[in-house]
Amino acid sequence: MLEDHLPLWEVFVRGRRGLDHKHIGSLHASDASQAMKSARDTYTRRQEGISIWVVKADDIHASQFENNASFFDPAEDKVYRHPTFYEVPEELKL
Amino acid sequence: MSFTDEQGQFDAIIEAEEKIEPRDWMPEKYRRNLVRQISQHAHSEVVGQLPEGNWIGRAPTLRRKAILLAKVQDEAGHGLYLYSAAETLGVSREKMMNDLLVGKAKYASIFNYPTLTWADVGAIGWLVDGAAIVNQISLCRTSYGPYARAMVKICKEESFHMRQGYEIMQVLGAGSAAQKSMAQDALNRWWWPTLMMFGPHDSESAHSQQSMKWKIKRQSNDALRQKFVDQTVKQADYLGLSIPDEDLKWNEDRGNYDFGPIDWEEFTRVVNGGGLCNDSRLEARRTANDEGQWVRDALMSYTEKHVKSDVDQVA
Repeated sequence: MLEDHLPLWEVFVRGRRGLDHKHIGSLHASDASQAMKSARDTYTRRQEGISIWVVKADDIHASQFENNASFFDPAEDKVYRHPTFYEVPEELKL
Repeated sequence: MSFTDEQGQFDAIIEAEEKIEPRDWMPEKYRRNLVRQISQHAHSEVVGQLPEGNWIGRAPTLRRKAILLAKVQDEAGHGLYLYSAAETLGVSREKMMNDLLVGKAKYASIFNYPTLTWADVGAIGWLVDGAAIVNQISLCRTSYGPYARAMVKICKEESFHMRQGYEIMQVLGAGSAAQKSMAQDALNRWWWPTLMMFGPHDSESAHSQQSMKWKIKRQSNDALRQKFVDQTVKQADYLGLSIPDEDLKWNEDRGNYDFGPIDWEEFTRVVNGGGLCNDSRLEARRTANDEGQWVRDALMSYTEKHVKSDVDQVA
């Protein structure tokens, strides 16, 4: 029976220069260097990346969806952050 | 949030064709249904390495061997994508693996058939991967985000699997009489089990209706099976091979091919362990697990030693 519980790592890959690292999946590995090799073999078999980040899943803190209403509330009533809020002469193409 | 609010929000997300994500509230049955389907799918990828792995050492040329190695490695990768998606639902990798090893979990029963000749490698790529693609393209639109994303990655890679298989069949189909008859024999043996891959008829399928409602499944078993038959007939014609079904004929009214009855007794027998290779497939998985134990132990003990020495140095 399997009772290993190798730690879980989240994998982020930069596809090419100019792009962000993007979350692509996860894997189990004993340490960061093992996680890095497995990430290469699992997620970049067809040259999908030029850079990989691996992060221990335990180290990621996520916002809670059920708190979204209050958590993201500060942004809700600030329409003046958007350019379309302002009325300016159309012909000036501001 | 009250129960009705949560349920209402979940229903609204499904209705709007948006995705459910790991931390969202979801009905317990939705979660269980997904864990079952995704882990079965993952097990199928992993066990699916075995019939073809059987031919890596005997591939006819170095080119074919390199291709087959890459394909089997992809299957392992697909298994990992899917286990990773299933884990986001709160089930552990170890639990899923153990369920497979003790024979509790199911996997695609097609992999319980033996690969007797090299043509079987071609037939698997062409038919089995071809059928898998039909199913998986549909699942790219499944309602659970991590599953849908895994499917998109898998579909991108799967197309080479089918094409390399068809290429093998083309070479055999254009070869000597013996080679052609080997290709025909492989088609004869793989055709019906491939049609069974889509699962029982819609009217008989235990999980289908609820899965369609939740948009876990997007098209029914019968619709997907029909799609596969319709696209495969001309591929067989091109190879100069005949599909082993006397009832197969174009139906002008439906705009589809009609085909003969599937032997569901065989399907049930193989799913329940009575196929030619059920025992050897599980045995191979158990052996791989046992023989890999020292590697996992060594990795963990290396890590623990280094964590300890780092701590010592800091102190």
